Amino acid sequence: MTVSAGPTAATHVVHPAEVPGHLVPAGATPIVRATAIEKYFARNQVLRGCSMTVFPRETVTILGRSGSGKSTFLRCLNFLEEPSAGTVEIDEVAVHAMPMGGRSKEHRDQIRHLRLHASMVFQEFNLFPHLSVIGNLIEAPVHVKHVPKAEAIELAEVYLEKVGLIDKRNEYPARLSGGQRQRVAIARALTMEPKILLFDEPTSALDPSLVGEVLKVMESLAHEGRTMIVVTHEMQFAREAADRVYYMHDGAFAEIGPPERVIDDPQDERTREFLARFLGSSGKPPRGAAAAAVVESVPNA
Amino acid sequence: MTSLAARAANQQLGDQIIAADRSRSRRWRVQFLIAWAIIVAALVAFVLITINLDTDFIAKWLPFILTGVPITIFVSFASIALAVVLAILGALGRLSPNPYLNALASFYVSFFRGTPLLLQIFFIYFALPQMGIVLPEVPTGIIALGLNYGAYMTEVFRSGIQAVPHGQTEAALSLGMTARTTFRRIIVPQAFRIVTPAIGNDFIAMLKDSSLVSVISVHELLYQAQVAGRPNHKSMQTLLIAAIVYWILTIVFSFFQARLERRQAVGDRARVVG
Repeated sequence: MTVSAGPTAATHVVHPAEVPGHLVPAGATPIVRATAIEKYFARNQVLRGCSMTVFPRETVTILGRSGSGKSTFLRCLNFLEEPSAGTVEIDEVAVHAMPMGGRSKEHRDQIRHLRLHASMVFQEFNLFPHLSVIGNLIEAPVHVKHVPKAEAIELAEVYLEKVGLIDKRNEYPARLSGGQRQRVAIARALTMEPKILLFDEPTSALDPSLVGEVLKVMESLAHEGRTMIVVTHEMQFAREAADRVYYMHDGAFAEIGPPERVIDDPQDERTREFLARFLGSSGKPPRGAAAAAVVESVPNA
Repeated sequence: MTSLAARAANQQLGDQIIAADRSRSRRWRVQFLIAWAIIVAALVAFVLITINLDTDFIAKWLPFILTGVPITIFVSFASIALAVVLAILGALGRLSPNPYLNALASFYVSFFRGTPLLLQIFFIYFALPQMGIVLPEVPTGIIALGLNYGAYMTEVFRSGIQAVPHGQTEAALSLGMTARTTFRRIIVPQAFRIVTPAIGNDFIAMLKDSSLVSVISVHELLYQAQVAGRPNHKSMQTLLIAAIVYWILTIVFSFFQARLERRQAVGDRARVVG
């Protein structure tokens, strides 16, 4: 079942499979509406009209092979990648793709609105190496939201506590392990108090032994009702923490649904093939499948 | 199965290895210093044997030559400050999407790197007066050195800014920073750290190139040495003094540069501590 709208579709249609009946009362307002997102790199089309609807307090994971376009889609949501066509709406501000330039002041303000409400956690952490851990956390609150410094520090400490790194407060990123860096990056995203969190393969650059500590933090965030969109290869996380799974194939969402359906009983031939590679041919996960899924190291398109 | 005795033996071996490493590096340092001392002693002996050093002459003229030192230092500092400002503007221009600013900056770099520094000094001092622009010697020297070094440093600053990984910009933007805040708070501090060694290098080069302004009779170190030496036919003495003073100045400033770089390396300490 393909949910991609036609390239010219302007109105956002929520597909029945997208409505998480068990979570959200009928008529709830989605917090994210991405409509018919297309992306070209030169003449190469990597996104072929992807739409997504996310409701508050949901955790959505995007699965798919490397190069299927899942990271590009995520990066289009906050315009780190400028979509070639389509509309992204976060918290009732809709931003249209303007690929032909014409970056008006208004358009730039809209993009900033998206980014202020959707913080991103990157595969490569991207902590600021010239700032201490606490400096990384207060940089944006102080210089973007103009929160008083003392207040920002207090808030930062709350989130450092949450990711279990309050004792690394004054350390510099270079002194931290990969897992610790990613937890700091998550805390940094949280200090902006965004409406949604975007995770771009947050464990793919990590040593397998450090994946667990990051997933634990992410799971606890999912359970406390944060709205999250997670691009990942961690099947275990998708199965246990996600409310819904989007399976992307070749630039379009091939299958959408709750994890127990998409992962354990996929309807689409392509999803089945993909999962068979990860989980073994039975479709049932062997023990430790999640750890095995870490192997993918090719940076995705 | 590590018994207590085995562990003690391990510890002992470890201590011995550390001690051996230390004495090796101490021996290396001693040999290094001895070699230096031999080279310097040989040079001094050569000078003493070949010429009559005339200590009375040196004692008489040394204070006069040293009056050039503050001028040399002042010209160098003023010029490097001007060069840094020009280089920041130049780098911003070279990275600007605006074609006019970019062209202006690229012309600046091309022209001032493409012509000799000495010619630029002459030009400002001797040619500009034809256009009615007459500048005193010291400002002329500072402007020429600043413009010339600014052109070289523009390229250094540009590459320093470009050397900051793109992920840093993405992280800053995704936290809602504007392009301006990202540049000021995230890119510049990291770029500055990348280019500090190059700035220090350029400063030390400039300390010596400042001697070129002696041609327009700025009373700096080399000029004073020439004034003292030439009429008395003692250029060997006065130029040697000037050489040693320049040398000492570069050693002193290299030391401060190394300290600054160590201080800036706090963020990278993991590499040092391991």
